[in-house]
Amino acid sequence: MTITEAPKIVTSRLRYEDSHTLDRYLATGGYEALRKALTMAPEAIQAEVETAGILGRGGAGFPAGIKWKTTMALPGPHYLVVNGDESEPATFKDHMLVERDPHQVIEGALITAYATGCERIFLYVRGEFALGLERMQAALNDAYKFGAVGRDIFGSGFSVEAVVHPGAGAYICGEETALLESLEGKRGFPRIKVPPKIIPATVGVYNKPTVVNNVETMSNIPWIVMNGGAAFAALGAGRSTGTRIFSLSGHVKRPGNYEVEMVKTTFRDLIYAPVYGGGIQGGNNELKAFIPGGASSPWFGPQHLDLPLGQDEVAQAQGTLPGGGGSMLGSGSIVVMNDATCPVRAAWRLARFFARESCGQCTPCREGTGWLDRIMFRIESGSGRMEDLDLLLDVSDNIAPGLAFPYPMTTICFLGPSSPMPICSALQMFRDDFLVHIKDGGCPYG
Amino acid sequence: MAEPKGVEVTINLDGREVKAREGEVIIAAAERAGVYVPRFCYHPRMKPVGMCRMCLVDVTGPRGPMLVPACFIEVAEGQEIFTDTPRVKKAQDGVLEFLLVNHPLDCPVCDKGGECPLQDQTLAFGPGETRFVEEKRHFEKPIPLSPLVLLDRERCIQCARCTRFADEIAGDPLIDFFNRGERTEVATYPDHPFASYFSGNTVQICPVGALTAVPYRFKARPWDLEQVESTCTVCSVGCRMAVQSSANKLTRYIGLDSEPVNHSWLCDKGRFSFEAVNNEGRLTSPQVRKSGELIDVVWGEALDAAATAIREARDRFGAGSVAVLGGARLANEDAYAWTKLAKGVIGTDSVDAQLGDGLPAELVLGVPRATIEDACNAPAIVLLAPDLKEELPVLYLRLRAAAVERGVPIIEIAPRATGLTKYARAHLGYRPGEVAAVVAALLSGSSADVGPVTGADFERARPFLSQPGVVIVAGRPSLAEPAGGVADAIAALVAGLPDARVLPALRRGNVLGALDMGMAPGVLPGRVSLDDGRHWFDQEWGVVPEERGNDALGILAAAAEGKVQALILLGADPMADAPDRELARRALSGAGTVIGVDLFATASLDHADVLLPAAAFAERPGTTTNIEGRVARLGQKLTPPGVAWPDWMIAAELAARLGGGFTATTIDDLTDEIQRLAPSHHGLTRAVLGSRNHRDGVVVPLDPSVEAASAPIAASDVGAHDPQGSSDPIDPAATPGLLEVEEHGVPVTALAPGEGAAPDADSNEGVERPPLLTYTSPPGDAVVPPHDAYSLRLVSSRSLYDNGTMTQHAPSMAGLAGDVEVHVNPYDLERLGVRSGGSVRLIGRTRIVANVVADERVPRGNAFVAFNTAGLGAADLIDASLPANDVRMETP
Repeated sequence: MTITEAPKIVTSRLRYEDSHTLDRYLATGGYEALRKALTMAPEAIQAEVETAGILGRGGAGFPAGIKWKTTMALPGPHYLVVNGDESEPATFKDHMLVERDPHQVIEGALITAYATGCERIFLYVRGEFALGLERMQAALNDAYKFGAVGRDIFGSGFSVEAVVHPGAGAYICGEETALLESLEGKRGFPRIKVPPKIIPATVGVYNKPTVVNNVETMSNIPWIVMNGGAAFAALGAGRSTGTRIFSLSGHVKRPGNYEVEMVKTTFRDLIYAPVYGGGIQGGNNELKAFIPGGASSPWFGPQHLDLPLGQDEVAQAQGTLPGGGGSMLGSGSIVVMNDATCPVRAAWRLARFFARESCGQCTPCREGTGWLDRIMFRIESGSGRMEDLDLLLDVSDNIAPGLAFPYPMTTICFLGPSSPMPICSALQMFRDDFLVHIKDGGCPYG
Repeated sequence: MAEPKGVEVTINLDGREVKAREGEVIIAAAERAGVYVPRFCYHPRMKPVGMCRMCLVDVTGPRGPMLVPACFIEVAEGQEIFTDTPRVKKAQDGVLEFLLVNHPLDCPVCDKGGECPLQDQTLAFGPGETRFVEEKRHFEKPIPLSPLVLLDRERCIQCARCTRFADEIAGDPLIDFFNRGERTEVATYPDHPFASYFSGNTVQICPVGALTAVPYRFKARPWDLEQVESTCTVCSVGCRMAVQSSANKLTRYIGLDSEPVNHSWLCDKGRFSFEAVNNEGRLTSPQVRKSGELIDVVWGEALDAAATAIREARDRFGAGSVAVLGGARLANEDAYAWTKLAKGVIGTDSVDAQLGDGLPAELVLGVPRATIEDACNAPAIVLLAPDLKEELPVLYLRLRAAAVERGVPIIEIAPRATGLTKYARAHLGYRPGEVAAVVAALLSGSSADVGPVTGADFERARPFLSQPGVVIVAGRPSLAEPAGGVADAIAALVAGLPDARVLPALRRGNVLGALDMGMAPGVLPGRVSLDDGRHWFDQEWGVVPEERGNDALGILAAAAEGKVQALILLGADPMADAPDRELARRALSGAGTVIGVDLFATASLDHADVLLPAAAFAERPGTTTNIEGRVARLGQKLTPPGVAWPDWMIAAELAARLGGGFTATTIDDLTDEIQRLAPSHHGLTRAVLGSRNHRDGVVVPLDPSVEAASAPIAASDVGAHDPQGSSDPIDPAATPGLLEVEEHGVPVTALAPGEGAAPDADSNEGVERPPLLTYTSPPGDAVVPPHDAYSLRLVSSRSLYDNGTMTQHAPSMAGLAGDVEVHVNPYDLERLGVRSGGSVRLIGRTRIVANVVADERVPRGNAFVAFNTAGLGAADLIDASLPANDVRMETP
């Protein structure tokens, strides 16, 4: 069991009851990074972030520094959008950061805006985060009064305006291009992306170059500016540098958000260490499977417990998909299932989620998710047929040809090809459970 | 579609080298190379959305072949594309299966069955049985999106063609997606129906039977339809379309993708006007008034009665006592025949195809003319025209696209905001009567205000007008001010702007063809003046009017004074269309014998003495001419009802009775005669008209290159669609329902070698072919009529759906016409103490009652009343002899 000595980069303030207030923020070194950044050249800040190697914390894991560079190279105006539309089941890290340390998000965004030459910051916060929205707005108001946002920040000559924009309640709006559409007042349909020419960094909100970064990514920026990119890169290993918050839930004794050093920590550490998950709860206290990186990631089993919490390490593992490939750390949510969990029911719940949340744009996702939901429900409720197992795989294959990780891009956004993954994993790992459902005409787990 | 621009690149398509253009998407490049990639959401006239995923193909990338949508990935040099690998086939079959998951498969009762891209592709590629054993999604069906369009949400495959059309092309974003996932549906916003003038296009491009048009629903099965290509004549844009019929009834029009004109779109009025042709109330027999009653008679008797009346008038009172009003409904050949009858047999020059609601013929025929494409590529467009969205809807679409897509600046000079105002860079909102003064100030560089137009308005407009080649879209912005001032303004613009050209915005179907054929005073066929053409035509006709006749308002005035002994109404309804109803009423009662040639018995024909039933659109072949001067073919698909005749035949028979028998005995003879005699149509032979290269029509006068490019149609080509020909292969998914076998409108009797081909020599027995008209603007200062603070200055122009004969005889559209309303700026309403929504009395030439509506689109001091509403309306307020019309408003 490894508990590294890595500093708490984004959760340092959370031990205070009033961590969300400006007073507490200032008392704990708040806005010092912004003051420092304003004395630096924008390119120097970008260089520090690139050196830090921080991968985007929203799910896709694209290096933030590279993203910034693309936007910076283009003529303005530039926009910064902070993605706080965290909506994936069992992911609750951004929720915590927005509610408990909104100034840290704002400071990170201000530094990013300065570095990338953005004129305006949109803080897009999930509409259901009632308290989070309230606190983010209050923090922004305080930051304005404090002189950290607005015209001529701290007398530096740099000006930027920021607004809080509440989401309207769609999972898909966490997808960055759907979020941009939603921000423009349109229906949240993901946009066509044709890298490297047509991506948000080049053609973003109002068709202008736009940096879109996750709340957690933003929260890391002040620390990187204060301590240098090299200090951040010294944590973790390989491409996965720094620390990261994992939302641990399911059948563990101590569910919650844990900030741990990447790669140096393993799934086993996170699930079993007494300071983290504290082990399996329920059933015979045995692990059946776990979801390593959010609802859409292929599942892992006990054989994967010693994998390090690193983006590439997880992606390149020997996973559970029929077509091969590993899984993903995604949004950093780990859901643990004990031995009393019905894998059919678990996979069906996720299938239904995707069917409900598909935006309806691309045919395979719109129609395929609904079909998979119906088949899975039928099997779980005792009306399954033997041929349904092949059908599940073939329908899944028509949504995500090859059934391998990484997924092919056969729909406009990744929701499509990732939606059948839980089913494929479950079927690959627990085929016997499916067979029992079909033969016995119902769920053996009751 | 035009050949795409861009650098040529070479791609490898299914193992062979193919040329493509940079910027072109794979699906289009493949189609030009003869490889059809299946698709549902892609439409060549709209931006790709990549939604249906049917067009997935393998493209080799750095990580090997990847499935990508061919509809939005652009071609690149050296790109390797596979459209038929097992992986591509599986992906496409998978999408097809997904589309059918929730599709109701009610093909036997679906209007689309038989012409449905989804059905066709399923039959061609789909599995025989479904693997889907679950309950399908259900919706109430159908629901109306508008009075004309119904939506069956169960059939919808969410391709976004309709929503994209409404937003991108029509600029009416009134429909959008609602809900998520498989519950996604197309919907209108609450309490806002899809009231777009272009809604029928969404039905045309729907790749399944989700959208159906009320007039076609359950009327026919596709396999029973016959089709002919034709040109819409509801307005003068001249949209190319396929006319489809079943059992000698018109069933449907489908827009053809004509690159220079309509890009496959039609307006709803054009699209659904076939109902009027089918109307049971058509005139089907000649009638003669006997002891006060109109009695059905045989043609001979009716023609004798008409000829006798004309002869007596001519012999007793002179040829000038015979007048012909109307003719814009006619085909070019009909119009020529009627001009020849009036001017070359009877000898009267009092002929006018316009009804006082147009522009002087010499102006229209004598200024440099522009095409629609010229306007869309111009450095700027000056709009001095009525609301194009209401009167020439597809021209509105083209100009809107030019402004939105290409950034062409539009400068609008109008007495009221129009559909294009929001796309205009400058809007000069003038007071009726002052348009010539406004244009003079604009051109002079003066910064003084002219009425409500401020110096700042002029300053905003001027920078756009400095480059040569500005196109002036010119018509009558308001019927409540006379044509003279507007004509002066247009002439001043033409003279004052470098290399400016004019695109006439005259509304009636073939009004420009009728003017070209000489149906106006002072002109002869082929855009020549009466004086210049006298000898040329005298040579052929033997008779040419001695002096210039009256225009429409002059004819009406003369008739009112009892000076018109025989008045022929050639599809004309002055009671509805003349901008002075009092004058029209007095004219009709003051005229001697009234002879009507029409499709319906209009109010103007209440006192007619002879009624002659004419063949309607799609009941006769011929050609028509649009605003550009583009001569395009009309197709015949029906036999006329009863014993109705084509107009040219009526003219020929009357001529024979008046001692001036025509040599032409067929419509082909007339086409040849027009080519030979009408100078503007010189070279427009049947060979040119019938050429496959000229399916979109030919602009007159001919460009010398036209004839060279006219491959004649051979006998074997008749009725055959040749995918290698100049017109594009038909994409069955772009325009479902277009029949593969297409026939040309004119009976394409294959021409014998040399027949109808070579134009004749430029002189006729020593008489030189006369020169084309050149308009010289009469000098004169703009007169500004005085106005007072107690009155509002009247503005009147047409709405798309009005009380017109064709609209009112098309049941689906009849109810869409609005009531009489007066629109006034809210400032004026407050000033006058009148409440919006109430009823007021308007006092002009006569008094009418109208509902008053507060409307910011009307400038202060003006009052707008739509022309030709049911009952008393704008025409009752207008005195056509005044330089401007003021109205007083009173609350009852």
